Amino acid sequence: MANEAGSNTKKLSMIVTKGSLDWAYPPFILATTAAAMGLEVSMFFTFYGLTLLKKKLDLGVSPLGNPAMAMPMFGMHIGMPNIASAIPGVDAAATVMMKNLIKKKGVASIEELRDMAVEADVEMIACQMTMDLFEYSMDDMIEGPVLGGAATYIEKASNSNINLFI
Amino acid sequence: MADQLLDAKGLNCPLPILRAKKALKDVPMGGTLQILATDPGAVKDFEAFCRTTGNELMESKQHEKVFSFLIKRMS
Repeated sequence: MANEAGSNTKKLSMIVTKGSLDWAYPPFILATTAAAMGLEVSMFFTFYGLTLLKKKLDLGVSPLGNPAMAMPMFGMHIGMPNIASAIPGVDAAATVMMKNLIKKKGVASIEELRDMAVEADVEMIACQMTMDLFEYSMDDMIEGPVLGGAATYIEKASNSNINLFI
Repeated sequence: MADQLLDAKGLNCPLPILRAKKALKDVPMGGTLQILATDPGAVKDFEAFCRTTGNELMESKQHEKVFSFLIKRMS
């Protein structure tokens, strides 16, 4: 299989910096697809992206600062003014709405995509500095990720065909 | 008739590709996998998937809202 490490295997590296439900999709979709297409994939999880490695995911989405977030409702698309996000329960309701849409439209859950990424031997690197900063331990995280820092990523990136910052 | 059939109807990107990749592992080299999908993005995606992985996309067709792909396992 083309998955084996070798000099002619194409490589993808990604920096994953965001941990909200909507932003969790691009890195995991691209990682699983690239692995399925025979690329060697490395994901470097830093800052809020690090929470995507936690054993129990509790991802949310907020309309705050996101004027493009318009949900299909009552046959039209309805956005929410920023101030609505300050009302308790609004972000939670937006999250429930998003999760319902995800299920209804046959979109994979983040848990499902993450499991598939682990299964496909996607390399996951947890940023040591962020682990320290936000006081996480590897016990909080799923099995598989290794600790690393900027130099680890730069080495990966310098040997990769595609490098993404998400 | 294909050696294996994968029903990916109702699944959205990237699931049809990921399921197809998994299903291909159980297809003998030179054998075929037929995939049924309703995701219109799958048309271009299976072309790209096959070009990149070296498998052969023998057929790509549409009947009403269902797309059908026939892939010959070459890698």
